[in-house]
Amino acid sequence: MSAAIPPVAAGRSDRLVEARNVYRSFGQTPALRGASLSVARGEILAIMGPSGSGKSTLLHCLAGIFTPDSGEVWFDGRRLDELSDTKRTELRRTAFGFVFQFGQLVPELSTADNIALPLLLNKVSRRTAYKKAHDWLERLGLGDLAARRTGELSGGQAQRVALARALVAQPKLLFADEPTGSLDSLASEMVMDLLVSLAREEGTTVVLVTHDARVAAYADREVMVRDGKVTTLSAAEVVR
Amino acid sequence: MSVPLTLLGLLEREPSHGYDLKRDYDAYFGRGKPLPFGQVYATLGRLARDGMVEPQDAEPGAGPDRKRYAITSIGVTEVEAWLAEPAEAEPHLQTVLFAKVVLALMLGRSAEGYLDIQRAAHLQRMRELTEIKRKGSLVDVLLADHGLFHLEADLRWIDMTSARLNALAEMVRGA
Repeated sequence: MSAAIPPVAAGRSDRLVEARNVYRSFGQTPALRGASLSVARGEILAIMGPSGSGKSTLLHCLAGIFTPDSGEVWFDGRRLDELSDTKRTELRRTAFGFVFQFGQLVPELSTADNIALPLLLNKVSRRTAYKKAHDWLERLGLGDLAARRTGELSGGQAQRVALARALVAQPKLLFADEPTGSLDSLASEMVMDLLVSLAREEGTTVVLVTHDARVAAYADREVMVRDGKVTTLSAAEVVR
Repeated sequence: MSVPLTLLGLLEREPSHGYDLKRDYDAYFGRGKPLPFGQVYATLGRLARDGMVEPQDAEPGAGPDRKRYAITSIGVTEVEAWLAEPAEAEPHLQTVLFAKVVLALMLGRSAEGYLDIQRAAHLQRMRELTEIKRKGSLVDVLLADHGLFHLEADLRWIDMTSARLNALAEMVRGA
């Protein structure tokens, strides 16, 4: 069921990011073998699949972190895989947000510092960056933790801060790779609730990699990656 | 769900009218399948016959449905025994899923395709339950959780069976 034509959600034609027949190997080991995928603007897509299926490699290709050995990656009408390293880095900084399993916050910095960081890197003034960071902390109910070092936060708090850091620069596209993988069920639920609510409010497109069906159930649509290829799982197929 | 034992349990809190029992049953346990009034009163009648509840004095001007019922000591013992007894763990395999997979393999049809469609149907239902959780009350959340965990268990079975399809196909075709 893997498709040469990138699958896209029914009724959505405005594609923001797309992989076309992407191949990627690590040494002799193939990770992606003709993966095709398309994500519509504003869509929340879950990429599922067993360990080693290639789902994280696909996310890294879509995000321009890996370049494909062959195939194409498009973002917002541009060939991402043909951009220079510098241009891809700039794009990641300005248009993409990232949340990983372990928040990858800077533990020595405060929560406000961590959230302000992407803005400061984008040359936003210090005053504006910290104002936005504090606004985000209030919005997440973490206002009293602004000065707390992130190394001292609980797992759930840290992931909420990571979410704020990923969204503070208003990216068009948020990549989340097992964002709840290190959390217990309740904290996981809180983070996913927040992720979905914020993405909807901000109009952010989300590509979510997860092996957890309960996490994937927060998405608008799921695809499976198997043996380096993408299989669609659409409601239309169920009805058929 | 045992309606008589649930009503009996609700009565252990305090003596109640049938109307109040129905209201509480629907709020906590009905969830889209409200209990008909007729069933409430028929059940109370049977519980009274069996000595588990007793009607108290009817309120002035009230018909039979204005009776208040109180639980008896026999009824309390019955509720205690029911609450202490574990519910039967699901004794059967997902026979429909299993039968479809085996038959598909026997007939040379796509068992993997069937499992994909089933997985999509399960994920669709999980999405609906997740939406209920996001917008519902705590009772909705707990009930949706119950459904989600069961669906998740099925999905694990589907994934495991997908991984074992080749071996199963060999066994089925060799039989």
